[in-house]
Amino acid sequence: MRLEAREHYSRVALVAAPFAAIAFTLVVTMLLVAWAGAPIGRTYALMFAGGFGSRFAWSETLTRATPLILTGLSVAIAFRARLWNIGAEGQLYAGALAAVAVGGLHGGSGPEIPASLLFPAMLAASVVAGAVLLLLPTLLRTRFGVDEVVTTLLLNFIVLLFVSMMLDGPMKDPTALGWPQSVALRDDLQLDKLIPRTRVHTGLVYAVVLAAALAFVLRATTFGFGMRAVGASARAAAFAGIPVGRTMALVAVLSGGLAGLAGAIEVAGRTGYVTLDMSPGYGYTGIVIAMLAGLNPLGVVAAATFIAGVLVGSDSMSRGVSVPTYIADVIVAVSLVSMLVATLFVRYRLRRR
Amino acid sequence: MTAADPPALRLAGISKRFGGIVANDGISLTLGRGEVLALLGENGAGKSTLVSILFGHYVADAGTVEVFGRPLPPGVPSAALAAGIGIVHQHFTLADNLTVHDNVVLGTERLWSLRSDRAGARTRLLATAAKFGLRVDPDARVGTLSVGQRQRVEILKALYRDARILILDEPTSVLTPQEAAALFATLSKLVADGLSIIFISHKLPEVLRVSDRIAVLRAGKLVATVDSAGADGARLAELMVGRAVRRPVARDHARGDTVCVLTGAPAARVDGDALVDVSLSLRSGEIVGIAGVSGNGQEALAELLSGLVAATRGTVRVAGRALSPDPRNWTAAAVARVPADRFAVGVVADFSLWENAIAERYRNPFSIGGVLRRPAARRYAQAIVDRFDVRGAGLDAPARALSGGNLQKLILGRALTGGFLDPADFEPVLIVVSQPTWGLDVGAVADVHQRLLDASARGAAVLLISDDLDEVLAVSDRIAVIHAGRLTDARPAAAWTRAEIGLAMAGTPQEAARAA
Repeated sequence: MRLEAREHYSRVALVAAPFAAIAFTLVVTMLLVAWAGAPIGRTYALMFAGGFGSRFAWSETLTRATPLILTGLSVAIAFRARLWNIGAEGQLYAGALAAVAVGGLHGGSGPEIPASLLFPAMLAASVVAGAVLLLLPTLLRTRFGVDEVVTTLLLNFIVLLFVSMMLDGPMKDPTALGWPQSVALRDDLQLDKLIPRTRVHTGLVYAVVLAAALAFVLRATTFGFGMRAVGASARAAAFAGIPVGRTMALVAVLSGGLAGLAGAIEVAGRTGYVTLDMSPGYGYTGIVIAMLAGLNPLGVVAAATFIAGVLVGSDSMSRGVSVPTYIADVIVAVSLVSMLVATLFVRYRLRRR
Repeated sequence: MTAADPPALRLAGISKRFGGIVANDGISLTLGRGEVLALLGENGAGKSTLVSILFGHYVADAGTVEVFGRPLPPGVPSAALAAGIGIVHQHFTLADNLTVHDNVVLGTERLWSLRSDRAGARTRLLATAAKFGLRVDPDARVGTLSVGQRQRVEILKALYRDARILILDEPTSVLTPQEAAALFATLSKLVADGLSIIFISHKLPEVLRVSDRIAVLRAGKLVATVDSAGADGARLAELMVGRAVRRPVARDHARGDTVCVLTGAPAARVDGDALVDVSLSLRSGEIVGIAGVSGNGQEALAELLSGLVAATRGTVRVAGRALSPDPRNWTAAAVARVPADRFAVGVVADFSLWENAIAERYRNPFSIGGVLRRPAARRYAQAIVDRFDVRGAGLDAPARALSGGNLQKLILGRALTGGFLDPADFEPVLIVVSQPTWGLDVGAVADVHQRLLDASARGAAVLLISDDLDEVLAVSDRIAVIHAGRLTDARPAAAWTRAEIGLAMAGTPQEAARAA
């Protein structure tokens, strides 16, 4: 058996790939559910109901989807330019920390800055923090050829340790009874609720608008053109006169900035302060989402909503039947692998020798 | 040899499809003992597929192969080797960091044996080399050898494995004329020793010269098998292409002012390819050909004159101005550029035709305020498709879908029209083309040459860098030879003999060559 490149690959197959991957994933996890001794139909029904079955379920899913859309966009935009940003997790934490640093630390001391000024400053700080964190590895790659997969991945751990240090040190909340938790964001910087009596906040609007904006940038602007060209073939782009290094740097700023913004939005919309467990791997899940979306910004919104539904739904499902919530992690992980295989089959066909 | 002896090789009804493409369609051939059979055909005619099937890299969908009367199991390269088939690929398969000896012996010794009979191997190697006049130093590292010497190592490698059938894939494409002559001499010695040879080429004169019989392949089918003695070249060309070939015609025109000057011994470096001194000046309306064996600085010269690298010494002026190494400045100065690797560098393969058409000028004139002018871009792409006869795919198809010839037309069209719809609005000042017809079929080659000749007649200076000496001789007004990063004086094409160019390609000083 060998793989053979297809001369033409169909658009239909490209769109169908994520659905096929998800269907395959559900079949695989079915075996695990059966192994756990739970009724398969009821487990999936409960999971679906928990994720999408009610107004409350939808509100929880959308709350969870908000940071996932942003990290998904961050990864999608970077991967489009073949910048393998595995560091969205760290960039998210850096953004969250920067947001609290601007919007919470000086509370009570010094001049009071009005929220109308401090809020944009807070968001900007988070964007800059995330951007810088990705810009460094990107420059190392374009200048010296250092593999950014390694640097961005390892930076995640460095950032997390740094956050830990800050939460036990200069940014520690003295009223938190010793818990490693940052000071809280000023109340007037918190995001409004989108739907009353739920946790859905206006961060969702930011995320969706940004997705639409990115879709436009990619498709219709010169920057998007250059970025896609650099991603598809850096040598051809360089020959045509597209500045590869500068485009990569801009992509890094955009990608890191989006992940940083996810941190700020999460703090301002949900938690109110930074903790070490505020992100259950949003940055890594963003990779899965971006791949499922075929690196398409609008697809990211759909994929993030689906994955958020799986995560939320499995929480409530595990209370109903004896299947641990880890099944959600398995679904996310298996869907990434099967998506990669599905994409492979869109481009190649299997032939017997 | 008696009449009852089976032929060296018998192919019967070999067919192979790749998806919708039929690469080989019912090919039946025999190769007699001690015969040189030439496989003649354009790129994509199915020559390489056929060889890959012979050697077990591919499995034919239908058909059988017999070697000396015994069937060859399909898809097993080691069986092909054991049956006595040896291949010299166009792109050599040698380990640069090993010696000639190691390269030849590699793979012939038992994997788990502790003992290695180096002395015995060396004796055999030297005996084989002496017998067929393949002079190489067994202790030289392959990385330090010239292309011609490496080819000798490849042949030696096949002979060391007792090959009785030798397949040579485009063996002369990388050789100087003198090296090619030496190769032909070797081949006749091999044939005298009873070897059978398949000689793959698309160059008619050399095919007529070395082969006993010629098999012409076109679009996967065997269209003719003729005896070489008394074969008609023009008729073979027609068989190969499938129609009469129009030869490019040069129009008489005046040469104008100097438009491009390289002075002060310009030097540059691209990966391993270095320029040491390439002083040169180009006048409007002339085509200057750069001949040379590949890897002698052509790549660096092309990149230097495409605005991709900076000269580390000396200056490059186009129309009196020194241009900074940024392709955008070069396209803005009306320099048309065609890179050697059209798939990997010339186009973004996954981009659509229209996106590739504007790739050099997508900011200006094809955008306003950072937003692409899609309708204008598509109109421009359509104009290129119409004027340059780009066939095979729509504006929205990825460039990957185009054949090599159509891709080259697209790249040439983009370079020569400079972003203007009306041909009257733009003429390039300088055209820098590198290996413009590599891998193209005869019809596309004629088309590309005609475009270059027309452009120069309209006043462009053309720099043609090519490994194909025939191409350089066919269209150039003046010729310079590049060797080890140095360029000879550019002399009128008529002032060179083929032998002189060959010596210069091999690095022999011109004075010495003239004295000889």
